[in-house]
Amino acid sequence: MTDPILRIENVSKRFTRMPGLAERLVGKVTGGGKPVVVHALSDVSLNVAPGEVVGIVGESGCGKSTLGRVVTGIYAPSDGRVTLHGKPIARERGGNIDKLTTQVQMIHQDPFASLNPRMKVGETLAEGPRHHCIIPAGEVRARMRELLEKVGLEGAYADRLPHQFSGGQRQRVAIARALAMEPDLLVLDEAVASLDVSIQAQVLNLFMDLRRDLGLTALFISHDLSVVRHVCDRVAIMYLGRLVELAPADQLYAEPKHPYTSALFASVPTVGTGRRVFEAIKGEIPSPINPPSGCAFHPRCPLAGPRCRVEVPRLTDAGPARTVACHLNDGGVGLQDAAA
Amino acid sequence: MTDTLTPESNVTAVPAAPPAETRVMRLRNFWSDYRQSWVAIAALIVIVALVLGAFFAPFLVPQDPYDLAKLDWLDAFLPPGTEGSGGYAHVLGTDNAGRDMLSAIFYGLRTSFVIGISAGALALAVGITVGLTAAYFGGRIEALLMRIVDLQLSMPAILLALVMVAMLGQGIPQIIFALVVAQYAYFARTTHGAASVERRKDYIEAARSTPLPTWRVMFKHLLPNVLPPLIVVATVQVASAISLEATLSFLGVGLPLTEPSLGTLISNGFKYIHAGRYWLSIYPGIFLMITVVAINLVGDQVRNVLDPRNSR
Repeated sequence: MTDPILRIENVSKRFTRMPGLAERLVGKVTGGGKPVVVHALSDVSLNVAPGEVVGIVGESGCGKSTLGRVVTGIYAPSDGRVTLHGKPIARERGGNIDKLTTQVQMIHQDPFASLNPRMKVGETLAEGPRHHCIIPAGEVRARMRELLEKVGLEGAYADRLPHQFSGGQRQRVAIARALAMEPDLLVLDEAVASLDVSIQAQVLNLFMDLRRDLGLTALFISHDLSVVRHVCDRVAIMYLGRLVELAPADQLYAEPKHPYTSALFASVPTVGTGRRVFEAIKGEIPSPINPPSGCAFHPRCPLAGPRCRVEVPRLTDAGPARTVACHLNDGGVGLQDAAA
Repeated sequence: MTDTLTPESNVTAVPAAPPAETRVMRLRNFWSDYRQSWVAIAALIVIVALVLGAFFAPFLVPQDPYDLAKLDWLDAFLPPGTEGSGGYAHVLGTDNAGRDMLSAIFYGLRTSFVIGISAGALALAVGITVGLTAAYFGGRIEALLMRIVDLQLSMPAILLALVMVAMLGQGIPQIIFALVVAQYAYFARTTHGAASVERRKDYIEAARSTPLPTWRVMFKHLLPNVLPPLIVVATVQVASAISLEATLSFLGVGLPLTEPSLGTLISNGFKYIHAGRYWLSIYPGIFLMITVVAINLVGDQVRNVLDPRNSR
């Protein structure tokens, strides 16, 4: 494997909500009023090679969007490092985040919220490149028209406002805005989740075309397993802020090794044999404010043993280019309590 | 999806697409909504007439009320409609120094408009900056700025303006400054409310993560999206600045009689009201009332038009 372009090393992200003055006062009496800490990411490590598309999959609330935002430099990690070409993406200074690179760009989930409603799309596209002198000033207009055409819109649309576009067209504009910065890495945060299925296919095809033409590297965050399979080279499965399995897409879909991955696949509705059988994973996703002890998945895991309740499983190799965080994969020690 | 999207084939497809919305069209839509109410149209006409009248006062009214050499003591206290020594009828009478009331009112309106509009505009600028800064940065900055604003909103504006004028002294710049101090809080609160909602939207995050500098995100992305409610507050606050100034002048801490505003005229005439010389106070008062009511009516209609719940 070539040198990774993006390195995520042992990244954790915690969000702390300090109680207000009134809550603190009440807390003095009742014993509450303590800061609430949400563990959005715990010890996540992941490398992305140039030209690779890595899928991040998990239920809502598992921290996949937080991971995307840490990589984009919208949040700074609480622990660990995120580097692009060996340089940090953002730094935190006095509670504010300074983003240090223009080479990571994000495409948001909802194209109705991600475009400034009072700015012409041409201006939206041109703003970043112009500010960072990525494109010579004289060529900006021509390049923006070119870019709009590249994402399947008309160059003349540059003078329109976002509300004159449909959802699919807006998402194309959002993709064009990200591409205008000529990024080395794209983060797609549920980029097609809010679109109609037919539009989803169009936007995905656009993404595949662009990937082929421009050699894009991307993190593709999604909860939709079939979309991920279609688009990604490798897939990372997340559960409650942790990476539980990482494998090349075809291998993962052929043979999931983590019980959570198997459960996710079992819950996907499929069309075909007529009778649909899908099992929802039992129980609710636990609260990241109070994560379960040991393996976070053990309360819902059909295979959980006593060891799972006390010891956090580490990511260990499970075949070429695969890692799994499950005691089942732990060289035969198995699920019994290690101490017992 | 491939060949239908090439630029050549799209040239023919353009007419089917909706035309780009221009500023002119938005203005035209605004106007067609605005004119639904005849009261609002009348109010707008009144304001335009008063502003034009005040602006062109030197060419419209018979006398320059500031020029003491043109005033004649013999013309003092002429009732409305009497012809004075100048050879023309004093339609609204004259005051204790022989000033033609109609002339004085239009010159006074001029002062009132200058003060009201510039105080409103400055308070808007200050309030926007405070409100946007608070909403954008959040945390302690927000807590500090908004608590100051809340503190100010809990006191009557007139009290604050009185204190400021007492400290700064008389004169138009001082009055404007006092009014800005008294009024920026309304703009700051409105801006903060709208901006904290917009601040959380993805397009702000997208702009920040490009990355674009903070001032650019604040004023190019956040500000244009919080403007509509501010336009409404601005019209109402201009009216309120005019009446605040009139109040200050009436209380004797505003403008001196040598550069009269409507408030000064009312205050001056008030001394003679028990002597039956009603016209000294009543007419400036009527003009003040018409001005303030008309501005408020226009502001109400602007709010109705900009309210998304009323949009077509």
